[in-house]
Amino acid sequence: MDAVVDSHRITLAVHEALEEHGHSRGELIPVLKAVGEALGYLPTLAMVEVARAMQIAPGQVFSVATFYTLIPTEPRGRHVIQFCESAPCHVQGGRLVWETLRAELGISPGETTPDGRWTLLTTSCIGQCDRGPVMMVDDDLHGDLTPDGVGEILERYE
Amino acid sequence: MTVIRSMVLVSDDPLSRERNAGAVQERFAEEIRRRGLEGEIAVHTISGIRCKTVSPLAIVYPEAAVYGPMRVEDVPLVVEEHLVRRRPVPALMPPPHKFSGRLAWLPRRKGTLPAEQRVVLQRVGVIDPESLDDYLAHEGYEALRRVLGTSTPADVIDMVYKSGLQGRGGAGFPTGLKWRFVAGAKSKKKYVVCNADESEPGTFKDRTILEGDPHSIVEAMTIAAFAVGADEGYIYVRGEYRLAQARLRKAIRQARQAGFLGENILDSGFSFDIHVHSGAGAYICGEETALLESLEGKRGEPRFRPPYPTTCGLWCKPTLVNNVETLANVPAITRNGWQWYRMFGTPGSPGTKVYTILGNVKRRGVIEVPLGITLREVIAIYGGGMEDGTRLKLAQTGGSSGSVVPASLQDTPMDFNSYKQAGVSLGSGALLICNEDTCVIDLARVLMNFFRVESCGKCTPCRVGTRRAHAILTRISRGQGTMSDLDELETIAEALATLSNCGLGTSASVPLRDILRHYRAEVEAHLRLKVCPAGVCAMEGSRD
Ligand SMILES: Cc1cc2nc3c(=O)[nH]c(=O)nc-3n(C[C@H](O)[C@H](O)[C@H](O)COP(=O)(O)O)c2cc1C
Repeated sequence: MDAVVDSHRITLAVHEALEEHGHSRGELIPVLKAVGEALGYLPTLAMVEVARAMQIAPGQVFSVATFYTLIPTEPRGRHVIQFCESAPCHVQGGRLVWETLRAELGISPGETTPDGRWTLLTTSCIGQCDRGPVMMVDDDLHGDLTPDGVGEILERYE
Repeated sequence: MTVIRSMVLVSDDPLSRERNAGAVQERFAEEIRRRGLEGEIAVHTISGIRCKTVSPLAIVYPEAAVYGPMRVEDVPLVVEEHLVRRRPVPALMPPPHKFSGRLAWLPRRKGTLPAEQRVVLQRVGVIDPESLDDYLAHEGYEALRRVLGTSTPADVIDMVYKSGLQGRGGAGFPTGLKWRFVAGAKSKKKYVVCNADESEPGTFKDRTILEGDPHSIVEAMTIAAFAVGADEGYIYVRGEYRLAQARLRKAIRQARQAGFLGENILDSGFSFDIHVHSGAGAYICGEETALLESLEGKRGEPRFRPPYPTTCGLWCKPTLVNNVETLANVPAITRNGWQWYRMFGTPGSPGTKVYTILGNVKRRGVIEVPLGITLREVIAIYGGGMEDGTRLKLAQTGGSSGSVVPASLQDTPMDFNSYKQAGVSLGSGALLICNEDTCVIDLARVLMNFFRVESCGKCTPCRVGTRRAHAILTRISRGQGTMSDLDELETIAEALATLSNCGLGTSASVPLRDILRHYRAEVEAHLRLKVCPAGVCAMEGSRD
């Protein structure tokens, strides 16, 4: 998988994250998050480099990284959809929207479309429940979703 | 159908009557009729609130504006300005402290209406959250100034203790007591941590506070640090809350520059500083010991207790962990005194509570009301009633760690004690209002899915129990359940409740227990008759 990002970029991203947050053990999570954001995900090689620089066992870095959803350890599509599957959105009409969305994309949660355009994820709650059902597409929030409106939203992303 | 857009309530008690309340009410009705507004504005009486200095009162909803003492000749002005032009008339309003708290007493009686009372959300939407000047112009940092100028740490703790403030993060632990524990712990180094990881489904009250009034949290944490003897603080903000993080960082910079934070604050010799820490996406990190683990750069797995964070918290130093909303009460309490605070809410649960109203109501959003208001009132007044033509079936409180509150409890005062007595819990302040189109199996399945996904996996009862319960509920929703599933669900609920290491597992048992207790017939219909009475579950496998 690591072929997606070349090792030079990884080294650079790790270096920059350490510059910003420092080398202390308490900064491990912010560092991993920053590297993940810079590269789109956190490749194994990046974890190894962080472990070496911070003098932590690589296994420990891996175990921390995989605990948090905001630190992806797999490459993702060009656009990431996070659909809220919590009870308020569900009760407010989310069930039908979800079915439409899945049919539209043709993939299951956790998967990426073959053309690399979409990764579909579910999320527990994004704290925007008064506008539910909601989903995030990359950093954009889309609220008050309806089954009919989903297709139009997807079209806006290349 | 005409919709009542406003309602006027005129106080009706011996004192008010003596002071001509009847004529005031008649005049309201007359003025409203004269303008042809009787279909839009209702006039009623309200009993049980009286106040020597301000009766008779007229309360105008939905703004909950209180006018008093009302004279007959004031009525046309209120009708013309407030009800027609929608401009409240402050000149005719008494200062809030004259009647606050009394309104909180109303909920026990049906048909009466408590006002929205803003303590925590006082400045939200009123000030520019990125302007220190605006905060200062609205009593900002007055509490800190007073505390550092005239109080001892013991005074501050005493004040918070006497106010009766209880933690708003879900557990309702007495805040003053927790402060006392941390203050009493012997250590040179102590921390104050603000829990802003808010991830309970349906809850976004903390975000509202952080985005709308970030300085109030900076001020509150500084007061708390002075009280318990800490010199360093962390705000652990949920990773997705980027705007809240940006505003907090800005507020902290402004506060440092102005001398409200940092070395030798306001020349008092007291020093304290705050870091903002962004979460990385894990619901469990809202649990305080998991949060501390995460702050230390580890997997956010809850610790075994004891020791408690008050003695061994961050880096095993005594640590005060408080929720955002809890802290947001602190400056107002220290400014106005504990007696003032106790005028809101009920004797057992003083103060206000911020709720998010969601689900099948006409209006969704955030409200702050005195503790002790009832669900019926929340729905009718603030939710604008149920969605067209539907009826309340249940409310799910407090995100996923709350309870399933059946409609039969809608007149129970919502405060920590009354709810506990009724066997339900207030949780974190989300009110998911569900109508009769809701199926309890479907709802429980969605809730259980949440726990299954968010279980950190450290302890077995939770890891296995949530998965198992979710599988059973899914099977039932497909029409493939059997009666023995009931026993198994009960066994799982019991194991989750008693054997889990932290509150996540305990909470996961609640929806199971609640639906079996209150909706057993509906559950059994899925099993015995292979029918979903609400028509939600597909039951597609029942013919296999
Ligand atoms: C699973 C779980 C999740 C929690 N999530 C939060 C949360 O998001 N925010 C919060 O303030 N407290 C949360 N709590 C409660 C905290 O553990 C802790 O009681 C609280 O921060 C204490 O602050 P308070 O006394 O001011 O309420 C959670 C507890 C559990 C068991």
